[in-house]
Amino acid sequence: MSEHTGIRGAVWFRALTGQASPMPGDPDSVLTADALLGEDNARFLCVVRDPHARFPCARDGQVGLEEAYTLATRVREVIEQDRNTIKRPIIAIVDVKSQAYGRREETAAIFLAAAAAADAYGSARLAGHPVITLVVGHALSGGFLTHGYQANRILAFDDDGVMIHAMHKEAAARITRRSVESLEQLGKTIAPLSYDILDYAKLGLLHKLLHVDSPENPSQQEIQNVREELIAAIQDARNSPVDLRNRLQSKEARETRKSSILTRSMLEAQWAEE
Amino acid sequence: MSHDRDNASFINRQSFIELDARERAKSLFDVGASRELLGPFDRVESPWLSMQGVTPQADDGCVVMKGKISGQAAVVVALEGAFQGGSMGEVSGAKLTAALDLACADNEKGIPTSAVMLLETGGVRLQEANLGLAAIAEIMASILALRKHAPVISVTAGPVGCFGGMSLAAGLSSYVVLTREARLGLNGPEVIEQESGVDEFDSSDRALIWAIHGGEQRYATGLADALVGDDTQEVADAIRRFIAKGVPPVHRSEQVALYRSRIAALDTSRQWEPRDLRATWGTSGSVGEKR
Repeated sequence: MSEHTGIRGAVWFRALTGQASPMPGDPDSVLTADALLGEDNARFLCVVRDPHARFPCARDGQVGLEEAYTLATRVREVIEQDRNTIKRPIIAIVDVKSQAYGRREETAAIFLAAAAAADAYGSARLAGHPVITLVVGHALSGGFLTHGYQANRILAFDDDGVMIHAMHKEAAARITRRSVESLEQLGKTIAPLSYDILDYAKLGLLHKLLHVDSPENPSQQEIQNVREELIAAIQDARNSPVDLRNRLQSKEARETRKSSILTRSMLEAQWAEE
Repeated sequence: MSHDRDNASFINRQSFIELDARERAKSLFDVGASRELLGPFDRVESPWLSMQGVTPQADDGCVVMKGKISGQAAVVVALEGAFQGGSMGEVSGAKLTAALDLACADNEKGIPTSAVMLLETGGVRLQEANLGLAAIAEIMASILALRKHAPVISVTAGPVGCFGGMSLAAGLSSYVVLTREARLGLNGPEVIEQESGVDEFDSSDRALIWAIHGGEQRYATGLADALVGDDTQEVADAIRRFIAKGVPPVHRSEQVALYRSRIAALDTSRQWEPRDLRATWGTSGSVGEKR
């Protein structure tokens, strides 16, 4: 499974942009391109596997220091260029294994690098750029916080090659002292624990699930369908507030995230009392 | 004589680290000028823990207090490191996000309101996995919105440290306050050892851990804005100082070109002596002091 991380990302980046190379001066692990999407010229970003990455712990599709600062640079560039003009949509194509787990990374403050990338995406959203995330493969942990989770709208493919989670199975099982099997069993009844994208959808955080028959080798028609879904999501984001309130408003969120909604409303009521 | 004075100040100091989350939060406000919101008697608990055989806590390990600091409106959100390692679950995460959003709304209404986050946390609560991760993404979004109007100050004192996704929340803060007993990083030593091997990180090597993640190193490399002693008064003074400073002209997490060039300049063919980074990174000091 994880040996394929990054393949789908590269496939979909090429499918949607017609390009497949990093921008000048960027590492090979971050693809950035501007391409037409409906009537918009959109900026697409994707982190891909680079077995020759300069940092040894970021050679397998992880988001490391260089990836995070490159994403931040390329997103901030769009905010700057569009300051006085129509805000370009920003499309994060996500297929990331995780953040990079390394000593060098910790020493050089990967927490700040990750924050800088999330800052760029979040600032773009607040500035009025429609930020749309398309999860085509894995979206794990700090990798997803860095690249994708600040979007106005999150779309994901619905097949079992897609996984959105706080921690990969083996590590989560180890830390919670469970077997992988019992973790999978628990996920069937406790939606936030599940590794199944259909259970993730029950949390109400997704804008939409998309189905593609062959995500590693999509047909022209499938690519066109995904393109149209992205255009619709951009339109929806442009007509909505720039914050993340939509993640609590879906039908699924009103069911699964009841406690979040209750917490917010009670806190708001008590905040106003003097 | 000065030796006696040092002893006296040591005896008079009140440890911040020994306080629980509620006491920590309260200690930062002007005397008699704070009240807790959504406290333990409201019993808004995690709905996910008991179904996994874990006893929930009536405040979900997150204390929200509103009041006045230096006479100005402020909200303090304190994570309780003693409950589930300060981890972020659905409810604790929603409390923090909501507090930041309400502070943001007050600022927009013309009531200047700062926020202080007391981050003693290992990150996502794994029993709530995806809802914890989602909550952290929302906390980060709320920090970004609020810090346009008012400073968001994060404090990590110890002994839990600030790790996982919540280290990104610290990274987005206007100001970061640490003690020598604090640690700040994305991946803890045990996780790195598990994922990348003991050669990459020996999690039993205490000296190495502190050399990399410790408060003193983070401050000396310009990644924190204040290094304070384990003293309630010192922490409170640092917060008052940063509230008075207001929103910094540029946040650390916006300084992409600077940090990208620093990363590019590093020799990745070997592991580094963490202390060596101080010479090149330490010069920038606090974000508040820059520009």
